[in-house]
Amino acid sequence: MTETIPILQLDDLLLVSIQVDMHDRLALQLQDNLTEKISQTGARGVLIDISSLEVVDSFIGRVLANISSMARVLDAKTVVVGMQPAVAITLVELGLSLEGIQTALNVSKGMALLRRS
Amino acid sequence: MALAPLNKLPVTDESDIVKVRQAVRAATLEIKCSLVDQTKVVTAASELARNLLIYGGGGEVRIEILQERMRHGVRVTFEDQGPGIPDIEQALKDGYTSGKGMGLGLGGAKRLVTDFNIVSEAGKGTRVTITKWK
Repeated sequence: MTETIPILQLDDLLLVSIQVDMHDRLALQLQDNLTEKISQTGARGVLIDISSLEVVDSFIGRVLANISSMARVLDAKTVVVGMQPAVAITLVELGLSLEGIQTALNVSKGMALLRRS
Repeated sequence: MALAPLNKLPVTDESDIVKVRQAVRAATLEIKCSLVDQTKVVTAASELARNLLIYGGGGEVRIEILQERMRHGVRVTFEDQGPGIPDIEQALKDGYTSGKGMGLGLGGAKRLVTDFNIVSEAGKGTRVTITKWK
């Protein structure tokens, strides 16, 4: 599978918008690529837009948490933005509160959060 | 009573999990579930399809649309011929994991649907059935 999720660089920030229904391997690949890219570019912040994601299950939740932890170890801050309300309700009922993941309502609020730090 | 013909999907690799999500979404749309209910059932199906693959060594998913008097529902069955679950009570507890997941799969999926049924026999396999009534 050649499909990858693009990572854009804007100054010292990395931006990712997940637009596809990710299968597990693609999610893990994003985790690896992002970590690699943080280290390469010395990025200080990562913004992940999940507004197109209609489902976040425990696997994708864990990948987002992993990305957040790995970025932190590499001195970068991660913000996950744009979660759909139905996804938020489902995640909490599933028992996944995404602790340790910084979130923001949308891209501009997420950017403001990253720029502040 | 099952309305629509059975929709059967094999689950043998992880791209099949995506197909299960899409097929379950289509079924919930057919009975006009709310967006929150769609998301819940699809998420539960995603968890259970992954269990099927990881713990059951693959299996089959069947999707049915049900009608009972005036209400409609979606029933999804996950069946494998894997090793079975020795202690279902324990497996349903949050935080229980045999190592590869977060321990939210079974118990979490149960909370997202109306009816949840699990039958498992050691050495023979596991069948999980979830139903969401509209």
